[in-house]
Amino acid sequence: MANDFIAGLCARVAAAASSGSPLRIRGGGSKDFYGAPSTGEACDVSSYSGIVAYEPRELVLTVRAGTPLAQVEAALAQERQMLAFEPPHVAGGATIGGIVATGMSGPRRPYAGAVRDFVLGTRIVNGKGEDLNFGGRVIKNVAGYDVSRLMTGALGTLGVITEISFKVLPSPTAEATLAFEIGEAQAIDRANHWAGLPLPLSATSWQDGVLRVRLSGAQSAVAAARAKLGGEEVAGAQDYWQGLREHRLPFFAPGIPVWRISVPQTAKPFDLGAPQLVEWGGGLRWACGDLDVFAVRSSAEHAGGHATLFRGGDRSVGVFHPLKPALAKIHQRLKAAFDPAGILNPGRMYNF
Amino acid sequence: MSAMTLTPALSQARGGLLEALRAIRPALTIIADDEGLKPFETDAFISHRETPMLAALPESEDQARAVVDACRVRGVPVVSRGAGTGISGGAIPRSDGVLLVMSKMRRVLDVDGKARTATVEPGVRNVQVSEVAAPFGLFYAPDPSSQLICSIGGNVAENAGGVHCLKYGLTTHNLMAMRAIDSDGDVIEAGSGALDAPGYDLMAILTGSEGNLGVITQVKVRLTPLPERTETLLAAFPSVRAAAEAVSEIIGAGIIPAALEMMDRVVIEACERYMALGFPREAEALLLVEVDGGEEEAGAALADVCRVLERCGAGEVRVAADEAERARLWKSRKGAFTALATILPDFYTIDGTIPRRCLPDVLDRIVEMGREYGMIVGNVFHAGDGNIHPCIFYDANQPGELERSEEFGGRILELCVEVGGTITGEHGVGIEKLRQMCVQFRAPEIAAFHDVKAAFDPAGILNPGKAVPTLRRCSEWGGTHVQGGRMPRPDIPRF
Repeated sequence: MANDFIAGLCARVAAAASSGSPLRIRGGGSKDFYGAPSTGEACDVSSYSGIVAYEPRELVLTVRAGTPLAQVEAALAQERQMLAFEPPHVAGGATIGGIVATGMSGPRRPYAGAVRDFVLGTRIVNGKGEDLNFGGRVIKNVAGYDVSRLMTGALGTLGVITEISFKVLPSPTAEATLAFEIGEAQAIDRANHWAGLPLPLSATSWQDGVLRVRLSGAQSAVAAARAKLGGEEVAGAQDYWQGLREHRLPFFAPGIPVWRISVPQTAKPFDLGAPQLVEWGGGLRWACGDLDVFAVRSSAEHAGGHATLFRGGDRSVGVFHPLKPALAKIHQRLKAAFDPAGILNPGRMYNF
Repeated sequence: MSAMTLTPALSQARGGLLEALRAIRPALTIIADDEGLKPFETDAFISHRETPMLAALPESEDQARAVVDACRVRGVPVVSRGAGTGISGGAIPRSDGVLLVMSKMRRVLDVDGKARTATVEPGVRNVQVSEVAAPFGLFYAPDPSSQLICSIGGNVAENAGGVHCLKYGLTTHNLMAMRAIDSDGDVIEAGSGALDAPGYDLMAILTGSEGNLGVITQVKVRLTPLPERTETLLAAFPSVRAAAEAVSEIIGAGIIPAALEMMDRVVIEACERYMALGFPREAEALLLVEVDGGEEEAGAALADVCRVLERCGAGEVRVAADEAERARLWKSRKGAFTALATILPDFYTIDGTIPRRCLPDVLDRIVEMGREYGMIVGNVFHAGDGNIHPCIFYDANQPGELERSEEFGGRILELCVEVGGTITGEHGVGIEKLRQMCVQFRAPEIAAFHDVKAAFDPAGILNPGKAVPTLRRCSEWGGTHVQGGRMPRPDIPRF
């Protein structure tokens, strides 16, 4: 079955390349909202599903791209392990391939690492219809260029991801959430101060004058950190973190454009004329509303970061932050190298 | 080839280039005489050496760019070099190329305690980053064993590891941003001060690219909080198999130790002879385990580790009572390679990674192969990562011994691939493992690597011939498959 699917995919991509007809790669379709609108015939990989190998004691999991995140997490939970980058399920539809292609990490990211940090290897079909393997299934591997990490977050523009190997981690045994009523600037300041200490932080968020801090780890470590940090313990905070991870807190009201602004964690608060939600210890600022694209982009740049029109809004302005010329040049050359006919998700990321 | 015996064509090229480099303002150090070039003939892969045409030592990014520009217009290869501690030959010069020595770019540009970052030039030594971070209660986690002298630029180029990777990651996990010069002479700014950057992850592809994609001129690293408490212990096992089982059990119990190192009998005896640390003589394998973190976190992990070790049949468990004892336990690990030199004058260190569950079988196979070659092998390695470092002992004064040790090493790496592992966990491919690259990767994958290189280095001047073999060499070695008499990708250079 595996070889049939891959062989069929290779043939389909090769045919599309020779006729110059674009393909729109799709898994669960949960992130159709994300990125610039892309044309082309749907290339569905959701049927290529299932866990290829899972060795809990190796901390390594290999999975087919079409596997739903929920299925992967259920298998990991049986062994008390997790994908530490806490990716969103997006209304239950997210597949592993889509998570890697979009590079979406959740609230735990600043303390555990991003998707790219846990990707050990990928199997892809490039734009020429070749079945290629990069990286591997071991934790330490420096043979060949790190193409697997290059594929992470490339939105399918460099290849159709078919299999991924991840490093997984043990799940924490205890968790607690503390709340502090403080302003934005002070919240950012504290989150950065605490991140410089050996504390079991696993998420932070500030909105509407409340800083929430999640602690995860061994029972004794969480208890000690709770005593050290003070604040008020919040019961049932899992729902809040789940809502943040899935971008479905009331803050992310449906139908309103959502901006994702990634800045240095210590960046001072900046005004965008709309309320902000600050997570990732200050590294991620969310803002909702019909905001002026130039104002958002220049504020992000001024703070040393970049802005993405995450959901909704006028996508013709460019969803992702424009690249500097030297970077744009390399991007175009890499695109031409992996997908010379320009058929894989053209325009989904930038104008190539 | 010595600079004094260049062919007429090379000699002419060298003259023009020398003139161009001397015209760069402000002037940079250029070494053009044989005696001055002598120290740069090799890195730490000392069995191979070559004299570069010239060496240039820039003190700024602008100077480095000017050197790249001058080389590009003349089609002259540029090999960049940091401290020269690499052991796969990645920084070995070319007789027809310039050696770009980055050691004079060694300023610490910024340490931001609040943001937990340090911005440094490539020539800054690894250990120095942790030193400047210490006043803020922070450190730079990747710690290759050469950390006292190796420099950050080289660490990035090789994606260096160390003994604490299982918990803290490799170099690639500890970077925020970097600046690198491509072969057009443009500065690529990859990553950012934020936790991600728009577009493709160019920082990932530059890290570990062994000087093939760009000359690294600046690096912003992520700093980690110093642990509040660190516990180190040594456990003795009656067999390698039992020790390997304990490694898997520790990880299976949900513990991620900061370090998890193994030594076999050959190494234990050498250490004992050299350092007299009082190890249990009857042990066949020793595990060195370190757990760290907050006070309670480290305490809980220590108790858990001790329970697992006991259950797995550890004969003796020695927990370091204080900092002095901790240092003594680490001395055995860090001094192991020096101790090994007492066995035979020369040894060759191999670097492969395998799934941990294969450790006992692979180590047995290596011992068998050692018998076949009539060579002693010692093992001291990062067991937690499955990253093995078999040391093959030989005597370079005996004709043919070096070659046989290299052949033996090559077979070990091929065994690593066979069991689902990789030919290099942390030392890089360089020139050493080009042949095994053809075993691990198929022709279209090798071709894709060449395509990636061409995106950054269309001129083909950045460290050519290292890290990725040509398809021609792979087919000569019988490593790639020629189908229907057709070579895959005939457009790729095959020399």
